[in-house]
Amino acid sequence: MTGFVVVLRRDLRVALRRRSDTFSTLIFFVMVVSLFPLGVGPEPQLLRTMAPGVLWVAAMLASMLSLPRLFADDHGDGTLEQLLLSTHPLPLLVLGKTLAHWVGSGLPLVVLSPVLALQFDLSASSTGVLMLSLLLGTPILSLVGAMGAALTVGLRGSSALLSLLVLPLTIPVLIFGAGAVEAHNAGLGVAGHFSLLGALLLVSLTAAPWVAAAALRISME
Amino acid sequence: MPTSKPITRVNWFQFAAPQRFYPLAGKLMPWFAAIGVILSVYGLYLGLWVAPTDATQGQAYRIIFVHVPTAWMSMVIYVAMAGWAGAGLVFNSRLSSMMACALAPTGALMTFLALWTGALWGKPTWGAWWVWDARLTSELVLLFLYIGFMSLHASIDDVRRADRAAGLLALIGVVNVPIIYFSVKWWNTLHQGASVSFKGTSMATPMLIAMLVMTFAFWGYCIAVVLKRVRVIILERERHAAWARAEMGVA
Repeated sequence: MTGFVVVLRRDLRVALRRRSDTFSTLIFFVMVVSLFPLGVGPEPQLLRTMAPGVLWVAAMLASMLSLPRLFADDHGDGTLEQLLLSTHPLPLLVLGKTLAHWVGSGLPLVVLSPVLALQFDLSASSTGVLMLSLLLGTPILSLVGAMGAALTVGLRGSSALLSLLVLPLTIPVLIFGAGAVEAHNAGLGVAGHFSLLGALLLVSLTAAPWVAAAALRISME
Repeated sequence: MPTSKPITRVNWFQFAAPQRFYPLAGKLMPWFAAIGVILSVYGLYLGLWVAPTDATQGQAYRIIFVHVPTAWMSMVIYVAMAGWAGAGLVFNSRLSSMMACALAPTGALMTFLALWTGALWGKPTWGAWWVWDARLTSELVLLFLYIGFMSLHASIDDVRRADRAAGLLALIGVVNVPIIYFSVKWWNTLHQGASVSFKGTSMATPMLIAMLVMTFAFWGYCIAVVLKRVRVIILERERHAAWARAEMGVA
């Protein structure tokens, strides 16, 4: 556990000192969400229908924007090599880094989403469902993204490639996350959507650190 | 009394060497190409001429003779690609990864054809070129996975590292194939459910026979193209070796 805690605290401290990285991702999220009403027109019913999808897609894009930084900085100064050489299990260290990444990128999105839901005139209960879906779904984005980031460490043009690799794998998360809010708006139950989101979270929590560690070893030999 | 010659065992693992597999692929390819061409002609004759008009869809259903084989090939080729990529990762064998790289473009083409012929079929029957139901969406995701595999491989300069990274990606994505297959059972989809299974079929026999002939035709085509492509990849990667240089006719 010590390795996990050390890596987690270090990454959180680095993110805290480089606050501009976190803020620029959040501003990107806000800006993308704000562009949609400007593009499709201000009709309230249309915006209310669009809101879950728009917020979810913006969350995915913002996540893709911040993922290359997961391993790139450490790769640049040699820390990543030291992590690979350490005696701690690499999947645990990767999990620590991924958790720190989520706290820095996914969690602020969850906290910010009610404010943005106001722009789309989403009802309070729908906003609650949206927040919960983002709370369950953004860790999955970080975990699956960690696999993609590990595969593309050190490559030129890696951020576009990373999005190409990770977005197809996260489409189910988008479908169930946005679908939960749409089901709630339609008066249907959300239990099924949240069960599946929870299942995806558990599967990625179990498998993704292990796969990302294997990918890091491939990328760093 | 004549003594019988002892049966010599074939060591199949010798074909794991690119130098040994190259001529084998060269010998096999024309046979599969012939199967592909002959069965295509026969299958299209059966499908477009012999098979009767459909009770509900009229003539529009005939695209099934291309749509279903390409869809089946897209899934089979992905599983084969992931299998060879996995073998390359586990056994660290060059040829397995070369085979995965050879399979990817053909698989992507089959996926694209399945999506495109599906759209052409959907317009007259469903009234829409595209719907976002589970099967179509997961088949589109399969196309993205193929493209991701090829892009990742192309963007890493060291070819062995590229093999391993893309191989891991292929293995991650293989979870999509059962989703495509079972999507019509798990979700309320517009796409038709399974009408052909090992237990029996609801299709009329002439249509079924034509579809199966076309399936084998596509198998022949895909195997021939993949074998040809893997020969090119072998020559490209082994170009420093003496046998490859002799094969290409350079000093």
